[in-house]
Parts: sequence; C-alpha cells; structure tokens
Amino acid sequence: MSFKIASSPHQHNQRSTAHIMRLVALACLPGIAVQAVLFGYGVLIQLILAIVTAWLSEALILKLRGKPVFARLKDNSALLTAVLLAVAIPPYAPWWIIVIGTAFAIIMVKQLYGGLGNNLFNPAMAAYVLLLVSFPLQMTQWLPPLSLQSVDLTPLDAVCSIFTHYSCSGFSLSQLQANIDGITMATPLDTLRTDLSRGLTLDESLNRPVFFAFAGTGWLWVNLAYLAGGLLLIQQKIISWRIPLAVIASLFVLSAIATLAAPDTVAGPLFHLFSGGTMLAAFFIATDPVSASTTNKGRLVYGALIGLLVFLIRNFGGYPDAYAFAVLLANMAVPLIDYYTRPRTYGHRPRSELK
Amino acid sequence: MSQFKELTLQGLWKNNPGLVQLLGLCPLLAVTATVTNALGLGAATLLVLLGSNIAVSLVRNHVASEIRIPVFVLIIASLVTVVQLLMNAYTYDLYLSLGIFIPLIVTNCAIIGRAEAFASKNPVLPSAIDAIMMGLGFMLVLLALGAMREVLGQGTLFDGADLLLGDWAKVLRIEVFHADNHFLLAMLPPGAFLGMGLLIALKNTIDNKLKQQKTVEKGSIARARVTGAAQ
Repeated sequence: MSFKIASSPHQHNQRSTAHIMRLVALACLPGIAVQAVLFGYGVLIQLILAIVTAWLSEALILKLRGKPVFARLKDNSALLTAVLLAVAIPPYAPWWIIVIGTAFAIIMVKQLYGGLGNNLFNPAMAAYVLLLVSFPLQMTQWLPPLSLQSVDLTPLDAVCSIFTHYSCSGFSLSQLQANIDGITMATPLDTLRTDLSRGLTLDESLNRPVFFAFAGTGWLWVNLAYLAGGLLLIQQKIISWRIPLAVIASLFVLSAIATLAAPDTVAGPLFHLFSGGTMLAAFFIATDPVSASTTNKGRLVYGALIGLLVFLIRNFGGYPDAYAFAVLLANMAVPLIDYYTRPRTYGHRPRSELK
Repeated sequence: MSQFKELTLQGLWKNNPGLVQLLGLCPLLAVTATVTNALGLGAATLLVLLGSNIAVSLVRNHVASEIRIPVFVLIIASLVTVVQLLMNAYTYDLYLSLGIFIPLIVTNCAIIGRAEAFASKNPVLPSAIDAIMMGLGFMLVLLALGAMREVLGQGTLFDGADLLLGDWAKVLRIEVFHADNHFLLAMLPPGAFLGMGLLIALKNTIDNKLKQQKTVEKGSIARARVTGAAQ
C-alpha cells in the first residue's frame, strides 16, 4: 500500500508506506540523540515503552477488527506515532503516562476511525492533548538539561524514576527539577511565561541559567538536530517543504512584528523558533500525510494556521507550548482548506478565465 | 401482555432514549461524572416522565390539538418543580451537586417526546408502562456512563451515595483501585462524549451480531436439489 497524497495526475512513487514511515522515524534520530545526551536517558526508555505499547495495542485492535495483523504492523505507522509521542512528553514522566497515551493514540484516534489513512486527527498529538488535560502535573515536569542539574543523573536513575517515581538515590522529580539553590527550573518557555506574568521584562528573564544565547540551554541544540533531520526528509522528498516553511515563516513573522511592537513582553522570533517543540512539530508532526492538507496551496495555509495558533497560545493562551492544540485545531480545518484550494484539473481553465 | 413486552423491549433496548433516540444528551453528558449523580438524575427524570405520561394520557381527549404542546410543557414544568422541591427537601447535597440540571429536566426532549409520541395517543396504563420503561432505559444509560467515568476517573463506585440514599449508603462505596492521580479526562466533558460514543458503538456491535446470527440461522436451511446437478 502506498499513500496517494496528491491530486491527479498521479505520479507514481516506488516508496512503500513502510519505507516512508521508517525514514521519518530514522530522521528523528539526531534529535533523540541530542535530547538523550543533553537531558539524560529518560527519552530512550520512553521510546522503548511507547514502541512496545504501540505494537501491542495495534496488534490487539487489528485482531479485534478481523484485519491481517502482521501485514498492517509492518507498515511502521504505529512505530512512528509511538516515536513522536515519546519525544514529545517529559522524559522522566512515570511509565503509565506513555502507556496510556500510546494506547489511546493507536486504539481510539487511529484504529476506531478506520485505521491508517482514515484518522481525522494526528494520533500522537491527540494523545498528547489527552495526557496534558488529564495529568497536568506529570506532563509539565520537565527536568532542566543535565549541565544545570544539581544531582547527577545516571541511566539507572532514569529507569528508577520512570518506574518508581523516585531516582535510585531517592530524589523525587520535583527535587530533581530544583537547581543548587533549591529553585525549581522549568522549560525556557514556561520560565519566560511565569516571569512575564510576574512583571519581569524579557531581558531580566533571559538572564536566568535555563536560557542560553537567544534560546533555552539544551533546547537550542535539540531543535537544531530536528531541523537537520527535517531538512534531510525534504531533500529525500519524503515531505513537502511547504508545511514546515509555512509553520516557521508564520511564527517568525508574527513574533517579529509582536516583539517590535512590545519588545519587553514578547520574545523574539529566534527564541520562538528554537524553543519547545517548534522544529519537531514543523517537520515531523505537522507533515503527517493523513491528517494534514493535501493540496499545495492548502499546505501553505495549513502550516501558516499552525504557526498563528502557536503564536497566539504561547503569548496569550493558557499553555507555555501549544503545538498539540495547534495541530489538532488545524486538522479540523483541513477539509475546509482542501475544499477551497483544489488545484485546477488538467484540461480545465481556472474559474477566473471562464467569464 | 405482548404489548407490555414490546414496550419493555422498546424502552430498554430498541428505542432507548439515550442510545438510539439520543434525546436528553445535555444532562446525560453533564451529570454522569459519578454513579450517584447519574442515579439521582435518572430517578428524577423517571419520576417526571411517569407523572407526565399519566397526566397527558388522562387529558388527551380534552385538550385541543392546537394547544397540546403548551399544555404538555405546563404539566412537565409543574412536575419538575415538584421533584425539584422534593430533592431540595430530602437530598439537599445531591440537589446542590446536580444544580441547574434538575430544573433543566423540563427541557429534556425525551419527556415531551414520549408525551407527544405515545401518551397523547394511548390509554393510561400503556402510557405509564411506556414511561417506566423509557425512564429505566435512560437511567441505565446514565448509570453505565456514570460507572465508566467514575471508575476511570477516580477508581471508585458509588462515591457519595449517602447524599442520595441516606447515611447507611456509605457502605456502598467501592474502591475499585486506588488512584493517586485522577484521570481527569474521564471526569471532564470530553470523557463523557468519548464514553457515550463507545456505548453507542457497543450497542450497534451487539445489534449487528444478533442480526448476523438471525440471518445465519435462516440461511442454514439446506436447499434440496431435486432436478439433478447444476451445470
């Protein structure tokens, strides 16, 4: 089975779904590696848990639906969903978070709608929203990068805290979050948000240790690694350049205008591009061929809509980062976008020339 | 007696107000966070439905058809007021936790729907039976959804049953599992929608299975060929 993601005339592409999904998952590897080195090995354990859960729940639901189990499992789409969810959640979240999330993504969001190709929403992001709404505490406990942590975290500690809520030496997650002065450190976006709400200016907030140059310590490199993986996907023609470019451009332009208008309260465009999940979402999540827009013009609109929503929620909404909500809301708009951006059928004139 | 059986089947399964007619979804989704709330609202709705079906059936030959809807609404509204005052008097805590959804029983389409579709055309006894069965069907859906959401959400069943049934009911509270972290989604409105969708899907699956069984039984009669082998 191969995706027919373009309107006619169809160009055949020899790549199978399994091959595409595998390449996208492989392109995540630089980002995952950087995250593991800078933020500790929690993300690797989350990956293993997510992939095992995804395969088990996919096999279970395929069996229930009376579909061929192994043929469908081999298309790697469950694997990719698991990878995207595992890198999106906090690396030291308890094990049941990722298990509940992945099972929900595969069973409810993907298979109950009819399986691969029929889901309205991006499974990984719908699961992320489920987790964020249901378990707000666990889903916001991000540890600072290893270089800022007051306690050294070994790989074994990652296992201990994911499965027992405490590291092997007995520290809870909120203790690990604190720096050497005992002040809790959050993600750059979260820190900035809290500081701005306390009346600090942007410059005052950016002096904190969780920030480095124009973005967050560690987060800058993670985003650069995902950017590299994403560019590779574009070079391989796995994803179209339109959606990532539109997401990044609209976020860049909007935050540039906003920061010029209110330099003390809105972070600049570079901060927004290299903080949180921007690069991961722009290249790997928004480009999901099933739930994204399928026309060329539509992809630009879809990406720009995600950028706009992220900008609005990050600066005026209730959450520090917003890709999951933005992607789901844009998914809802996709049928409308596709309807109004239908390409001209070969042999027909554009409507404007008909008169 | 066959009419009684038919009414029972219609109310509880085939034409269930919650799962098939999808009437009264607003209270159905809003108050089913716990079994106790579901039971309270289900009982209140059942009472109102019973009263309104009997009353409408009694006056059905005296009311001009042009003004029947306002008359039905008046009957239902006065019954709801009675139930609301009763709950205010005897189950005050539950009254507080159900809040606006008790007066809103007036707007529950299931009630005026039964008045219009059944009670205004049938004698008192069938109308009363219809009301009981429809009310029970609605209450069962409320209970199923409430149980699902309460177990998933906080790991208990019949939490706060004493609010409805008096102090002895504290023993009813069952802790299915101990949850340090409540699964908020199940208790929030999205969980109600998801749970409702799953319940409807379950009912449709069972119906399809039953249908398949029936056709298999019918089709299994072997046809004896008497005119020689088919070419």
